[in-house]
Amino acid sequence: MTEEIIIAGFGGQGVLSMGKILAYSGIMQDQEVSWMPSYGPEMRGGTANVTVILSDDRISSPYLKVFDTAIILNQQSMDKFEESVKPGGILIYDPNGISHHPTRTDIKIFKIEGTKLASEMGNKKIFNMVILGGFLKVKPIVKLENVIEGLKKSLSERYHHLIPLNKDAITMGMNRVTPYKIEAKAY
Amino acid sequence: MSELKLMKGNEALAEAAIRAGVDAYFGYPITPQSEVIEYLMTERPEKRTGMIVLQAESEIAAINMVYGAASTGKRAMTSSSSPGISLKLEGISYLAGAELPAVIVNVVRGGPGLGTIQPSQADYFQSVKGGGHGDYKLYVLAPASVQEMADFVEDAFDIAFKYRAPVLILSDGLIGQMMEKVMLKDQKERMTNEAIIKKYGDWATTGKTDRERNIITSLYLQPEKMEAKVRKLMKKYEQMENEDLRFEKINCEDADYLIVAYGSSARIAQKTVELAREKGIKVGLLRPITLFPFPKQQLLDLSNQVKGILSVELNAGQMVEDVKLAVEHKVPVEHFGRTGGIIHTPEEILEALEEKIIKNEHARHHKI
Amino acid sequence: MLDIIKSENQVFCKTKLMTDTPLSYCPGCGHGTAHNITMEVIEEMGIVEDTIGVAPVGCSVLAYDFMDIDMTQAAHGRAPAVATAIARTWPEKYVFTYQGDGDLAAIGTAETIHACNRGENIVIIFVNNGIYGMTGGQMAPTTLEGMHSSTSPYGRDIETMGSPLKITELVANLPGVYYVARHAVHTHKHARKAKKAIRKAFENTRLNKGVSFVEIVSNCNSGWKMNPIESNEWMVENMFAYFPLGDIKVNGKLK
Repeated sequence: MTEEIIIAGFGGQGVLSMGKILAYSGIMQDQEVSWMPSYGPEMRGGTANVTVILSDDRISSPYLKVFDTAIILNQQSMDKFEESVKPGGILIYDPNGISHHPTRTDIKIFKIEGTKLASEMGNKKIFNMVILGGFLKVKPIVKLENVIEGLKKSLSERYHHLIPLNKDAITMGMNRVTPYKIEAKAY
Repeated sequence: MSELKLMKGNEALAEAAIRAGVDAYFGYPITPQSEVIEYLMTERPEKRTGMIVLQAESEIAAINMVYGAASTGKRAMTSSSSPGISLKLEGISYLAGAELPAVIVNVVRGGPGLGTIQPSQADYFQSVKGGGHGDYKLYVLAPASVQEMADFVEDAFDIAFKYRAPVLILSDGLIGQMMEKVMLKDQKERMTNEAIIKKYGDWATTGKTDRERNIITSLYLQPEKMEAKVRKLMKKYEQMENEDLRFEKINCEDADYLIVAYGSSARIAQKTVELAREKGIKVGLLRPITLFPFPKQQLLDLSNQVKGILSVELNAGQMVEDVKLAVEHKVPVEHFGRTGGIIHTPEEILEALEEKIIKNEHARHHKI
Repeated sequence: MLDIIKSENQVFCKTKLMTDTPLSYCPGCGHGTAHNITMEVIEEMGIVEDTIGVAPVGCSVLAYDFMDIDMTQAAHGRAPAVATAIARTWPEKYVFTYQGDGDLAAIGTAETIHACNRGENIVIIFVNNGIYGMTGGQMAPTTLEGMHSSTSPYGRDIETMGSPLKITELVANLPGVYYVARHAVHTHKHARKAKKAIRKAFENTRLNKGVSFVEIVSNCNSGWKMNPIESNEWMVENMFAYFPLGDIKVNGKLK
């Protein structure tokens, strides 16, 4: 099994840390993993993205053009990465701030109201865990218990008391992800 | 204890340096390698092993600090990125001239000039063709994974001390910034001062005892002595070629076409090999792990088997010259690479292979 | 053989830490004396096994040919960085640099200032003769106003070439610097004083006090195009006026 994922959004949305937790989860189940970020000043307030690969075999390229799954969290990333999903692949996005919704019909598209759900839960910082939950519902490539182990590894110990909250956020995401139907174009 | 971790290439290299029992690191921040010194400063290696970590006033000072520590038999290293390495070149030439063991790490970014902070392999020429002044070479290791970023630190010091010569680890922003899982080795003890004096007492400047004084210098005003020195260095490089060449062959046994790529490009090109084989094109990959010594004979041997070679590098065409020299015009050799910090995709490389090598090869056959 | 050459008649000999290699310095140059008093201090303190010297680029690049101690020759101006690393990795050793004005105060200014500012536990011996001797008499950062050199053939013009740099006073102001003195070696009296200062500097290393910086104002009769006696007279009259001798900072306090 190899899963090639791009997570893309704004800097500050927790894009990179979400990728890191996913990568750690892969390690917890003895997989090969790679985490390749965009880096540099463009991250400060601009767009941030990370390519995460989990595989049972040695990973060749950590840098890819096409992906099994794209997790898209802002309009710029939608514009850039919708076309990068392999035919038959998956696109998951948060509609918050999206004006041009995805239009491809050869991929499966899911919607998750991460921004809304996180603020409903009273903590905007768990936004990325809600999104991660949504992804794991659609593609259960790592077990929840391994995600929790991954969280423990990637968070410093003084934040371990926040793990139950993160778990709740993942569960929330799992319960609230929905398939997105493309509206027929009006001619 | 050995330990499995998810780390950035830069962090893995820093942690491996502590674990390898390195005595001193001297550096200066520059993107995309600042994590090395940041990690070292955070880890308090002076407490863990007694390793000295110092942020120098410049790259120039840092490399000369390495020179100072190395002259006394200590295991010393520095790291930087392209513009910083340019500043270090004088010191690197002195290290080679004075025959000092040291490790230099270049996490390459695009250039020339201040360039870009994005990944690049445009420092190939600088790394393998001298870079600094004078007749010298560097032993150059090119890691292609986070694991190799860690493993090559100790390997580099082994070579540096085997030959009393500076060794370069030539990485880039991609390998430095990406995270992969890495198995970290057990902590090695640093050598005691007594052990250093005993082992390297015949050359290191550790204080004159009842022996003759030790002098570390690269100055030879008499031409005959200077020439003898250069000959001695050349002999060393010849020995490196005979004993310490490293490379990896992937899917070469039945290959009709060959990609030559190192470091990050080798990782990306490996995916190209997979994509090509899915299409029924038999492509192999030769990855030089050492850029000097260069796998010349292996390339020459493969040139009897394959119909064409594509040298894939994140630059405007540098290693391709060495590939051409190695295969002696037996098969067509072309270059493909993106520059400016743009990373070529596996698909792009495959397109280039089809366009520059396979198509031309068919055209040649039609002519016949 | 003269009858007088008998060991019981010997009243002076050079320190055994000076080799028998003939000095490459011009007759009349102060470097030989500066070398000799430095080696005498190391011999008298009994610290040769624990001393590592760093040679510069310039006239004294070959200091290691004359000083019978372990020495590392540094790239131009980088001796304080080289010494920093040696002192840091061998904290129990005595580490000193021996540098000229071009090396220390021009190309190596950054290394000088920062090693001093970090308070590295080293001794810096700075020989200032106001000219580049090795390369044939070009202008140095310490060349005096109006002084002729091959790159200031009409005299140093302050307007276009800047003022002679008092780097010694400059580094004395840094907290990492514990001891700063300026001396000369053109007479026995001066050489004795200079030796005392160098001794004090090495004692400071023993006490882990940080940087001790001893400037020796010297002549360069070849570069200045004078005979040795004239050059010493010129030095006393002109160099000492701009670079006055004496203690500048003692026990961490400015004088």
